[in-house]
Amino acid sequence: MGVHGEVAGLEGPAALPRKNGELVFQAPWEGRAFGIAVALHERGVYRWDEFRDRLVQRVGEGSPAYYESWLAALESVLLARGLVAPDELEARAQEFRDLRRDAVL
Amino acid sequence: MSHDHHDDHHPEPPSDIEARALALESLLREKGLISAEEIDRVVETYERDIGPMIGARVVARAWLDPEYRQRLLTDAAAAVAELGIGAPPVGDLVVIENGPGVHNMVVCTLCSCYPWAVLGLPPSWYKSPAYRSRAVREPREVLREFGLELPERVRVNVWDSSSDLRYMVLPERPAGTEGWSEEELAALVSRDCMIGVARPQAPAATGAAG
Repeated sequence: MGVHGEVAGLEGPAALPRKNGELVFQAPWEGRAFGIAVALHERGVYRWDEFRDRLVQRVGEGSPAYYESWLAALESVLLARGLVAPDELEARAQEFRDLRRDAVL
Repeated sequence: MSHDHHDDHHPEPPSDIEARALALESLLREKGLISAEEIDRVVETYERDIGPMIGARVVARAWLDPEYRQRLLTDAAAAVAELGIGAPPVGDLVVIENGPGVHNMVVCTLCSCYPWAVLGLPPSWYKSPAYRSRAVREPREVLREFGLELPERVRVNVWDSSSDLRYMVLPERPAGTEGWSEEELAALVSRDCMIGVARPQAPAATGAAG
């Protein structure tokens, strides 16, 4: 519950993109990235500020799209915590790019 | 490189960013750090459930219970918590009351401070530079554009939120709602009513009243 508050409390340039008050996702992967970041935090995998600070920093750097910053921040916090290794992340992404793995979401 | 026995839903390779998102989700699921259902639940909750319903319940209770109303106006955080409806902590919330001769509206002139704990996520117009500057300069004109025409005798107070102090408006209970239940009353209270750019209307109201 408090988590909802923290997530909803993202403000300024880091505020979630919305239209008429509803969350706006331009593509399915954006919704997934959103859900993963919030759900991991709800599980206590990381503190919200660990993610938020990285998001704010990336948004401030003027990344082209909000959820690209979001995903980069999420990768960063998981790498920093050692939950995912850089090489396995890259190898897995390459499998999806090469269609060696089903993109089932 | 043949896709013959591959699925036919994804004949195109994903974009780089899609591939990264897919990689992350599949690794996290494999490691048991998260399930697909948990991700779905979060997305659905944020898309549908986090709305102004908590604020509306608070308003309806205040209309029905004068003592609750008093507690709400003096210590909003405690009064909201009292309802036990799972609102996040609202320690910085201040509730301001409309009356026959006074109308309140809320803005954040600096950014987009908003009582999200009771109203959900802010609408995009609330964050627009136009609303933020004009609400203070010409509140009556802004209210008119929202469809709220106030008689001259009604004073308009504009409250500028900050990260330390967030305001919510307690609107007036519409006439013709005597005997209504808390649930029925709450359904009349929109987010805009609690930002102060609208007033609750009973369904039977003609709208002709001044």
